[in-house]
Amino acid sequence: MASKAQRAPLGLRLATGGFVVVWLILAAFPFLWTLWGSFKVELDFFSIADWTNALTGENTEKVYGTPFTGAGYRGAWVQEEFWRAVINTFVVCFFVVCTSLTIGTLGGYALSRSGFRYTFWLLIIALIFRAMPPVTLVSGYLLPFFEWNVWGILPTAIIVLVAINQPFTLWMLHSFFQNIPKELDESAKVDGCTQFQAFRHVIVPVMWPGVITTGLFSFLLAYNDFVVTAMLLSESNRTMIPEIAAFLGTTQTEGNVMFAVAAVVSATAPLFVLVMFFQRQIVSGLTAGAVKG
Amino acid sequence: MKHRTFFWFFLPTGLAMLLFIALPLVSVIIQSTHAPHEAVFRTVENCGPFGCVEETTIDQEATRAIRDAEPLGRFVGLDIYLDRGHLAAQEVGEAWANRESIGDFLSRLGNLPFYRAMAFTLTYTFTVTPLLIVLGLMIALAVNTVTQRLKGFIIFFSLLPMIVTPLVGSLILFWMLDSRGVLGTFIQWAANDPDLSLKASTPLTWAMLIVYGIWSSAPFAFVVFYAGLQTLPQDQIEAAQIDGATRWQQVKYVIVPHLMPLVTFVALIQLMDNFRVLEPIIGFNAQAHATSLSWIILNDLGGETRQLSAASATSVMTILGVAILLTPVLIRTWRDFRSKT
Repeated sequence: MASKAQRAPLGLRLATGGFVVVWLILAAFPFLWTLWGSFKVELDFFSIADWTNALTGENTEKVYGTPFTGAGYRGAWVQEEFWRAVINTFVVCFFVVCTSLTIGTLGGYALSRSGFRYTFWLLIIALIFRAMPPVTLVSGYLLPFFEWNVWGILPTAIIVLVAINQPFTLWMLHSFFQNIPKELDESAKVDGCTQFQAFRHVIVPVMWPGVITTGLFSFLLAYNDFVVTAMLLSESNRTMIPEIAAFLGTTQTEGNVMFAVAAVVSATAPLFVLVMFFQRQIVSGLTAGAVKG
Repeated sequence: MKHRTFFWFFLPTGLAMLLFIALPLVSVIIQSTHAPHEAVFRTVENCGPFGCVEETTIDQEATRAIRDAEPLGRFVGLDIYLDRGHLAAQEVGEAWANRESIGDFLSRLGNLPFYRAMAFTLTYTFTVTPLLIVLGLMIALAVNTVTQRLKGFIIFFSLLPMIVTPLVGSLILFWMLDSRGVLGTFIQWAANDPDLSLKASTPLTWAMLIVYGIWSSAPFAFVVFYAGLQTLPQDQIEAAQIDGATRWQQVKYVIVPHLMPLVTFVALIQLMDNFRVLEPIIGFNAQAHATSLSWIILNDLGGETRQLSAASATSVMTILGVAILLTPVLIRTWRDFRSKT
């Protein structure tokens, strides 16, 4: 595609190549370093004497006989029962994604097919809701939730996350449904389907690419949430991220920082896999709003 | 679509947003005008062998009764907004009256929690946003010249800082920047100061948080700009070349104007997102040097004494801040809508 005139001179190509490499290191190195370091003892990961200890694992070898140890992971998963938080996280994520996609698909479809003016105002309200930081709503939840005695349990957090998720889901799905030609379901209605039947039999089979992209972002929102889960879940129901935040308070004093390091690596791993498999969808989702607007 | 059908389709999602976003919002605003009940005091006269003493104790039962009856507390109007923890009207007035210079006044303001948080939030928002746009644009331009086969690989790693949970991302950087971590050691070596600790100094902590902010948000700008570059019409570039434009001029006069709508989009989104900065402060354990409005809310809500009223007042002010940043977006959307219909 690049014509000869477009070809950059060698110096420029080296410079851009070098810049890309520097950015790659900036982006990837912290993760690789922490992954490597999570198999060491604290004296190696936080090395006062010599930073190369973190690479070679000198102190780890002294303590455990090998330069790698799973002690941090054992401490976090078994001793501090991080597995509970992992299960909670996946329960929360699963239900948040399923519920918000179900109700979001219906709503987004309706918004894209109704030509009335109020759809615009509903979308504007959704945009305003999307912009509000979740943390500002939390003080509104606490009092009623205490009164009704539903504070601290997973279903409460799931419903709240679904609601917070809706504005974004609606916008994504609305713009996605607008790209599906109206003639498809119109013709089904001419053939005698109700609106819901047209949706069920004509739209549902073709909507999956958009729904998967939106679902990914719902998952990320639920998985990455800190504020809502930290404030609305009791200690035994905590998900991973508030659990890690709690580790920081307790482990730093007890000298168990490596537990937190292991927990952080454990929480990053699923996201790694997610990006690996769904890179294209994530990129298209990120750019969907931009290129249109 | 008929109104009725629309209603039923929209009902579940509308109800969710109404119950868990709109109503809590109203409740936050109401809560912010109510302060917790004061404890009920009871004075009893205790008479013993050495005469009578008047003792004032807290009547626990009566206090609990009144708190249970009206969990909202008593109505105080805008008092909470003006108290020392928020706008601190009185303290600001005093500081202004007794100021020796503008700098002195500002440093007095800096001791008040709300203004301290505001200073960091605004500095963070307005340094991170332009810098991440510039970095994102540079990465997009550079990656665009790389051969096709490497692009997927580069985009994969580029996405990571943005996709990982903010708290996790900031912890990962924090541990590396620790004075015993690898970057911390490197910085000590580079500055030739073995006692240098980023955590101990306010400007360095701010710099650290800003670097984190750029690192974690630049990928978003990169991805958006990169997608924009794919739609760049080749003939425009060629025309510019024929007219004798240098590479730099092509970027400045053809590529950047083409991407301008995307730059505005990224800027608006990022201004709103950076304004709510919270997780990095917790991850970097930086509350001694930098606080944000979101952090104040979380701090008021956490712990044994949940100060709902104080948190609500800060929440309302945060929402007002976001609303100001949101106005241009709304105007833009409105204009788009008008031009379409």
